[in-house]
Amino acid sequence: MRVPQFLVKSFKPRWPVRSAGLNFALAYGSVFVLSAGLFLSFIWWNTTGQIERRVEVAVQVDAHDLAQRAQRGGMAGLVRAIQDRLDHNVEDDALYLLVGPTGRRYAGNLPGWPTAVSGTDHFYELAIQRDSFRTRAKMHAYILPGGCGLIVGRDIHGRELVRHVLMDTLIWAWIMVSLLAAGGALVMRGIFRQVVGSIARTTAAVARGDLSRRMPLTGNETDSISQTVNEMLERIDRLMDGVRQVSNAIAHDLRTPITRARARLEEASVTATSEQALRSAVDRAVVDLDHVTSIFEALLRIAQLEAGTRRAAFTDLEVPPLLEGLAELYEASAEEASLRLKLRVDAVRPVHGDRHLLQQALANLLDNAIKFAPSGTDVVMHAGMVGNDVFIAVMDAGPGMSPDDMARASERFFRAEAARHTPGSGLGLSLVQAVVALHNGRMVLQDRKPGLGVTLYIPSLGGELVREGSIV
Amino acid sequence: MRILLVEDDVTVRAFVLKGLREAGHVVDEADNGKDGLFLAVSESYDVLILDRMLPGGIDGVRILETLRVQNNATPVLLLSALADVDDRVAGLKAGGDDYVTKPFAFSELMARVEALGRRGRSEVVPQTRLTVADLEMDLLARTVKRGGEKIDLQPREFRLLEFLVRHAGQVVTRTMLLERVWDYHFDPQTNVIDVHVSRLRQKVDKPFDHALIHTIRNAGYILRAD
Ligand SMILES: Nc1ncnc2c1ncn2[C@@H]1O[C@H](COP(=O)(O)OP(=O)(O)OP(=O)(O)O)[C@@H](O)[C@H]1O
Ligand SMILES: [Mg+2]
Repeated sequence: MRVPQFLVKSFKPRWPVRSAGLNFALAYGSVFVLSAGLFLSFIWWNTTGQIERRVEVAVQVDAHDLAQRAQRGGMAGLVRAIQDRLDHNVEDDALYLLVGPTGRRYAGNLPGWPTAVSGTDHFYELAIQRDSFRTRAKMHAYILPGGCGLIVGRDIHGRELVRHVLMDTLIWAWIMVSLLAAGGALVMRGIFRQVVGSIARTTAAVARGDLSRRMPLTGNETDSISQTVNEMLERIDRLMDGVRQVSNAIAHDLRTPITRARARLEEASVTATSEQALRSAVDRAVVDLDHVTSIFEALLRIAQLEAGTRRAAFTDLEVPPLLEGLAELYEASAEEASLRLKLRVDAVRPVHGDRHLLQQALANLLDNAIKFAPSGTDVVMHAGMVGNDVFIAVMDAGPGMSPDDMARASERFFRAEAARHTPGSGLGLSLVQAVVALHNGRMVLQDRKPGLGVTLYIPSLGGELVREGSIV
Repeated sequence: MRILLVEDDVTVRAFVLKGLREAGHVVDEADNGKDGLFLAVSESYDVLILDRMLPGGIDGVRILETLRVQNNATPVLLLSALADVDDRVAGLKAGGDDYVTKPFAFSELMARVEALGRRGRSEVVPQTRLTVADLEMDLLARTVKRGGEKIDLQPREFRLLEFLVRHAGQVVTRTMLLERVWDYHFDPQTNVIDVHVSRLRQKVDKPFDHALIHTIRNAGYILRAD
């Protein structure tokens, strides 16, 4: 038989309270009350049990003693012993009864053999009439040799009293504990609310667009959440910054070549007098548009790298062959610019990274060095270890950069004043920066007087140092 | 060559079609994935040019995968507006032979299509000797002679020349050289490749009467016998 869907659904038991704070408080309260209950019950059980056992032991010892008296002194001795005990019983809680085989009462303070007491194998607890008042008693019956019946017991009225007092105390204690638990739960809920509230206030402010807000750190356990949220905000902030930079860049730096291409085409269409002139204008416009495309691609790539999600192609890499390949590729360009490209590779550990991206980054650095260094100088690529990082430095003896320019070097489209007349769009170092950041590394620029040194630090994998070598 | 072009953008399709036909190729066209797949399966082509993103559910990669499942090994060039390296890798993994991102220069596309068409035909017999005019390359001994005279080449120069010779009579672009000879997949900004080619020319062409390696403006290089 098929059960209708809604029934199945509604049968699922569901906790009705949604508020996490309330649940938290409820859980806290119930654990508290439950454990207090268990604790108090244990006290109750243990104390009353203890009293009970005491009575039983006293009765048994007493009976054993009387039985021995009977053996030694006969019936008369036994009667005397019972009388003796009754006389000396200050607390007036001892109960005895001695009857003969025929049912005749010989001694004791019980009025008669209680009808409920029919066996001799266990204790009986019953209400009895004593002199003028009713009370409760616990007793045990014994058959003595010769057929006499003996009952030894204790008045447990006092014990009942203790029991009541204890019960009252425990119930009050439990009520107080419950109240405390409820109070504590409310306090817990308050704390919880406060913590959640502070997170909620900050995130709400962020959602409304105030990205500068951060969670306050208070030094307690919630700091780990706050810290994560803060890191997240930091990242969102950076990404937003990237987006803003890109839109600014598109607004300014892409407009220029597009405007140029447009102007060229429009002018040619209006004024060109020969097919030759028209063609050359179109060709130049195509070059401009290619430039736009390449800027566009570089921007996209940088944005993608900064988003930090492009680690799919990461593998464990040996640095030396990578550098040797690049040195071989760029050596010809360096020579053409009358520069000497030197490679020095100390023993280095492998790194975890994307080969193509690292190649692109280093190619950008070599490209800059070759572009800016004056002819006749050396361009040096040097790799080695500092601490746990592999460093790769590209150094030239060119004009270098001022400290102010260095600080801005990895901004998109930044080009120093001196670089205005060289080709380029100012995205090379931005890309390097993005690649290095993706590898959890850093880029450091330094003035070598003369020249610029750009060093990339990339965390190495543990393991063997790999061969060293140099190409001069 | 017989070429199939599957591309939904009218302007790009007309532009590529015209260029390929002018170069003397026979070209069929389709503007959606369904027709494209039908043509690709039912006809036989030397090269397929597939746009990655096509309307109507069947995109370029789907066509490609379907063909490869049917053991159809026709060389495929993917066109894409996605310049991401990951997309490139995904395209090649699906069985594509080459990848060109939009916007592209027609010369780049043309050079790659011709290279693919040639590969489809020639890679059957592994060659040990290559000759163009008076240039001889011995691929086993790794020696080069021109007009009987031995030319000393660095290993990389040898591979560069080998690539040019294998594609003799065809335009090869700088990006193709960077990818195939150096195995680099990035934009080198400066003219690194030009410098290497000009070095090679110094050794292979300069001492002799006529040049084999020619520069094609706005496109790349060609090694020709004439
Ligand atoms: N080796 C160097 N020596 C002197 N200045 C440098 C050097 N490298 C970079 N710079 C300065 O930093 C600026 C930014 O460099 P970046 O590589 O980002 O852009 P670019 O080289 O001008 O253009 P692109 O790399 O996009 O072609 C350069 O314009 C230049 O002013
Ligand atoms: Mg640069």
